[in-house]
Amino acid sequence: MPDGATSVLDVRDLKTVFRTRSGEVHAVNSVSFHLRPGELLGVVGESGSGKSVTMMSLLGLLPSPPAEVREGQVMFEGKNLLRCTEDHLRSVRGARIGFVFQDPMTSLNPVFTVGFQLREPLMKHMGLSKSAAQKRAAELLDLVGIPDARRRLGDFPHQFSGGMRQRVMIAIALACDPKVLIADEPTTALDVTIQAQILELVRDLRQKLGMAIVWITHDLGVIAGIADRVMVMYGGQVAEQAPVKDLFANPQHPYTRALLRTIPHVTGARAEKLNVIEGQPPILYRHPEACPFAARCPQAFDRCLRQNPPRIPVAAAGHDVACFWDFATGAPRDV
Amino acid sequence: MLTFTLRRLLTAIPTLLVISFVIFGLLELAPGDPLADQPLTVPPEVREKMRVALGLDQPFYIRYVLWLKQFFWIEPLYTIDSLFGTSFAEGEQRIVSWQFRAPVFDVIWQRLPQTMWVVGMAYLVGVLIALPIGIVSAYRQYSWFDQVGTFVSMIGFSVPTFFTGVLMIVIFAVNLGWFPSIYDTTLRVTDWESFKRQVAQMVMPVAVLALFNASQISRFMRASMLDNLNQDYVRTARAKGMTEPVVVLTHVLRNSMIPVVTVIALGVPTIFGGAIITEQVFKVNGLGQLLITAIYANDLPMVQTLTFIFAVLIVLFNLIADILYGLLDPRIRYD
Repeated sequence: MPDGATSVLDVRDLKTVFRTRSGEVHAVNSVSFHLRPGELLGVVGESGSGKSVTMMSLLGLLPSPPAEVREGQVMFEGKNLLRCTEDHLRSVRGARIGFVFQDPMTSLNPVFTVGFQLREPLMKHMGLSKSAAQKRAAELLDLVGIPDARRRLGDFPHQFSGGMRQRVMIAIALACDPKVLIADEPTTALDVTIQAQILELVRDLRQKLGMAIVWITHDLGVIAGIADRVMVMYGGQVAEQAPVKDLFANPQHPYTRALLRTIPHVTGARAEKLNVIEGQPPILYRHPEACPFAARCPQAFDRCLRQNPPRIPVAAAGHDVACFWDFATGAPRDV
Repeated sequence: MLTFTLRRLLTAIPTLLVISFVIFGLLELAPGDPLADQPLTVPPEVREKMRVALGLDQPFYIRYVLWLKQFFWIEPLYTIDSLFGTSFAEGEQRIVSWQFRAPVFDVIWQRLPQTMWVVGMAYLVGVLIALPIGIVSAYRQYSWFDQVGTFVSMIGFSVPTFFTGVLMIVIFAVNLGWFPSIYDTTLRVTDWESFKRQVAQMVMPVAVLALFNASQISRFMRASMLDNLNQDYVRTARAKGMTEPVVVLTHVLRNSMIPVVTVIALGVPTIFGGAIITEQVFKVNGLGQLLITAIYANDLPMVQTLTFIFAVLIVLFNLIADILYGLLDPRIRYD
């Protein structure tokens, strides 16, 4: 479980609420997790499970209103990012914690050159002069594998392909040697071969630079390939959290199991239909009092409807699950 | 860009020829007689001689070609002569106004300063207040400032200038006596006193027109800012740790200005057209007033020339708007 001394990022009981016309929507409900130095934490869950909102809440990147980070604590380098000044938060954003977003087509400003957009954080956070920033910007583009980096700094985003733009985004996020990189579905908008290239790049950069990474994705295949540890989210909560091998070998949450079943198999006969999880993820207008997955869960029993399960540690080290059902015994857990 | 400009200028020639022909034809078809103002005691044969003197005995197409020659050849020669003291024009017949018995261009040059000062200044003031209002209104959408700004601009846009103009005259000229209600064209600015009087007589017409212009442009600015404030690249800029002034005034503003600059450029020709109604209300004898009196007096050369100059300016500023668009938006390419 979280250990303040050895983790770079320690999040506890984070709650984020959106105020909408039809009432409050509880998007993140008491999410706690931590990130160790140099570790790659995969975050999975279907759309609307609160993955992105959780990560944006950490750095105050959600538009407020409607969003409101209501409770919690985000410890980073000895300070609580939810209670610190706006100035301190800005000195963390882009400098100590880098962000890569989903859609590289729209995430870069179309009217400024890539060089300008890369120089901005360098000049602001590292106090570099324009020429020094330009030099470093060229090195960064080179680092993320863009050929002819020096000349391409003068190009505009529309002159790059999607994969190249995502490389630029990664270069911007890494500009000031961050301790943590948060990648919010960075490969979802790219085709499979480009996705593989970006994954290879991140794996490579991680070895060179040694930062910790939070990798948000829908794709369990990607997670299996690069993550050290996995956090499965559902209904704005952490459903299950485990080291990657443990999670794939021994999934404890019915939702995790259902997710794993949805992956099509490459070998063997082709299935008639793709596996799906029936139903829709919930929209929570109140803080959940019951297990948010109960309505879609084959194992649900009466307790699931009365009580929201806490995160329960299971046998293997560093593995916990928010579920009352124990697959090992085939009976409810005794907690 | 240069070839684009040249190509556009070349295609402007047939466009303008067609426009000039349509204007000439419409005026030809319009009812009315330039000699209608003459006393009925003038005998018919004298009347006929007057018609011949005005060139009205010639068929339509000959008068049109003559006008073309005067507009595109003789008048430019006179301009060159007056600028450099040459004598290219050699006393050729100029376009003469029927009501003033003076060359049309001389009259226009006399009227231009008033229009430029009052209407041009109003446009400039309007733009200068509209841009900040639009930016703040969008950034603080639905705030107190935005509500007031939107309300005032709705009023400014929907209440006609002949109403606001007269209202201002009643309040500030009649009741308070702060400003004169009539614009004095003979006033020469020679010292501080006369400068103050010039400013005092400009205040009301400029205010009335500026309110109208500002309401329009601030709505455009607000809408354009709102379009851009929710874009992904704005989130990227924030995630880089940029301060709010940089995010809004560099990243968002640069994108938002693209459509607004086009609107502003397209509005410039209306300055030269003068503000027909406002000039009447404040007795500014500018170009708008000139056009109206020329229409009343059946002064066809004056109407034809003024209308055609407006057409030239509209075509020209369309081109300027397109060029500005290309300069502001790197995604637009013209070659």
